[in-house]
Amino acid sequence: MYRILKQIAKTGIVTEAAPATDERLREVGQRLEAAILARFGRSLAIRHVDAGSCNGCELEIHACNSPYYNLERLGMRFVASPRHADLLLVTGPVSANMETALRRTYEATPEPKLVVAIGDCGCSGGVFGESYASRGAVSRVLPVDVAVPGCPPRPIAIIQGILTAISGKSAASR
Amino acid sequence: MTAPFAPLGIEARRLPGALPAWHADLAPSGLRALAEAAKAGNARLVALWGSDETLRGAGFAVHLALALPAGLLWVRAALEREHPRYPGIADLYPAAARMQRAAYDLVGIHARDNRDQRKWLRHGAWPGGEFPLRKAFDGGASFPAGEDRYPFVRVEGDGVHEIGVGPVHAGTIEPGHFRFSIVGEKVLRLEERLGYKHKGIEKRFESLAPEEGARLAGRVSGDSTVAYAWAYCMALEAACDVESPARAAALRAVALELERIANHLGDLGYLGNDVALSFGFAQFWRLKEDLLRLNDELFGHRYLMDFVVPGGVAGDLASDAPRRLLDALSRIEDEVGTLRTIYDEHAGAQDRFIMTGQVTPELAANLGLTGLAGRASGQAHDLRVDYPVAPYRDLAVRIAEHIRGDVAARVSVRFEEIAESLRLVRALLAALPGGRLRVVAGPLRAGQRGCGWVEGWRGDVFVALEAADDGSLHRVHPRDPSWQNWPALERAVLGNIVPDFPLINKSFNLSYSGHDL
Repeated sequence: MYRILKQIAKTGIVTEAAPATDERLREVGQRLEAAILARFGRSLAIRHVDAGSCNGCELEIHACNSPYYNLERLGMRFVASPRHADLLLVTGPVSANMETALRRTYEATPEPKLVVAIGDCGCSGGVFGESYASRGAVSRVLPVDVAVPGCPPRPIAIIQGILTAISGKSAASR
Repeated sequence: MTAPFAPLGIEARRLPGALPAWHADLAPSGLRALAEAAKAGNARLVALWGSDETLRGAGFAVHLALALPAGLLWVRAALEREHPRYPGIADLYPAAARMQRAAYDLVGIHARDNRDQRKWLRHGAWPGGEFPLRKAFDGGASFPAGEDRYPFVRVEGDGVHEIGVGPVHAGTIEPGHFRFSIVGEKVLRLEERLGYKHKGIEKRFESLAPEEGARLAGRVSGDSTVAYAWAYCMALEAACDVESPARAAALRAVALELERIANHLGDLGYLGNDVALSFGFAQFWRLKEDLLRLNDELFGHRYLMDFVVPGGVAGDLASDAPRRLLDALSRIEDEVGTLRTIYDEHAGAQDRFIMTGQVTPELAANLGLTGLAGRASGQAHDLRVDYPVAPYRDLAVRIAEHIRGDVAARVSVRFEEIAESLRLVRALLAALPGGRLRVVAGPLRAGQRGCGWVEGWRGDVFVALEAADDGSLHRVHPRDPSWQNWPALERAVLGNIVPDFPLINKSFNLSYSGHDL
């Protein structure tokens, strides 16, 4: 126990500032009213769905929980069920074998809900494109609010995408 | 030049390239005898795949890659155009069972005597009777989602119930389905169903120019991007009979070892997290992030994607880079030492790690368990030791080996491999050769073939590559070590309690994407 406490004290707090929002990431205008966004406030439940990625984007989503980014201090946490979620964080491309599971996950998520597509593949199909086995971009299967490019996008870009998705128009002019 | 494969009764031709690899053609009727002799000689099955040769005026073919003491043996057996069939080998090599099912789904070649004839990668994405890796199949075709019936094996008896998990899991995990049969809270049986991430990678390769393939190979399993890109480039360079410069080989090895360190750090963090030692997650992921940021500064990418390119590497290290890397690695080494002591002395963590999810050496040998999980179960194989190519030839890599085969052993292997990789990076940077970074890898000539085989952090990554008559890619088969290790996970959980499954699963940390292709 002493060693653990010593290591914690030695490490200190390494968490860095959160990024600002970026309106360029938006696919469509903010669909949710200000009142709803205010209610999401600083407590957002996120359900991650890997719809066919190479697992590179997952590495960076994991990193969002590391002490440097510490997503939870922004009131955001990953939840185990879509039924608990406000926002789906989807990595792609959407494989044909995952299409049904992705749709069902979306249907199981209560309204109001948001979708953020992660990575070049989630944005466009990326290096895998569209084929007999790949539907390509997440927006080919679900309505997408915000899309974050990158291969993979850095943790700070993922957090920025999530913050943009829940920001209202007033936040955009900041 | 023929290889010393006399006990197998075949004549093999040495393939070009630094890797000791050989190729032989065989009649399908000889496959059984070959597999039996190979098994008797303790050869390991690396891969089994199919190909369509109809554009070359032939039928189809089944390919085997075997690991023998002399090197890698790639055997091809030509099959008839109508009703392409071959004798199955899953009774000898259990890992072949799923490979044979995948070869049917993708190429339509049929393994006789395969006890399990269910589909594997197909699900409902394309209709039965269509085979995506046949040349006549249009890769751009899109089929409406078909019905996906899959008969799981049912376990019946007093008090047995089923728990189905996935494909969408409760955490940030890749998709797959696990069907548990449970008595009380103990696992009586686990059946995996994979293939959800199948996105047509092998078909995609055939539409790319050979030099473009490295980028796709680097995304077969993103966490092993260096290993895959290197394996692909090794195969392509062998097929073109060119060698990457010495400086490029050294930098590739630096990148491969950094990839190993980063992944092991991340896994050690999650293994702490899974036994409620969230302190471990925070500490190891801080160290991992430090390394990723340095990768980004020195190599231009946090995970080193697209650094390994055909013919060499994409960029050079700045003059102060080795010193910065060595400083950072020293800090990481110190901290990992402190954290290992904490893990080792933590009674709660060790209680969960020890004797959990055990794979005995006998079972591991039978299933062909590979990579770090294999080394935790007494399978002392490591390509950097067994068949070292430049620059590993001069480094005398020390293998990490344990025999208990439990979560604790897989934790120990990771700690020891971090230490060894740190030593290797230091040795490589201390003697970094000068000279060019890249040569032209080409041209690829008709019918040339090559293979790449690289010890990634998870295990051996294999890529077989064959050129078409016009110098394009005829067939590229990447094989992830997860093909060998997924079946072992089904066995490792038996008799364990359901809540230990996430811990056991994490201790293997297998790739879904690399398997599903």
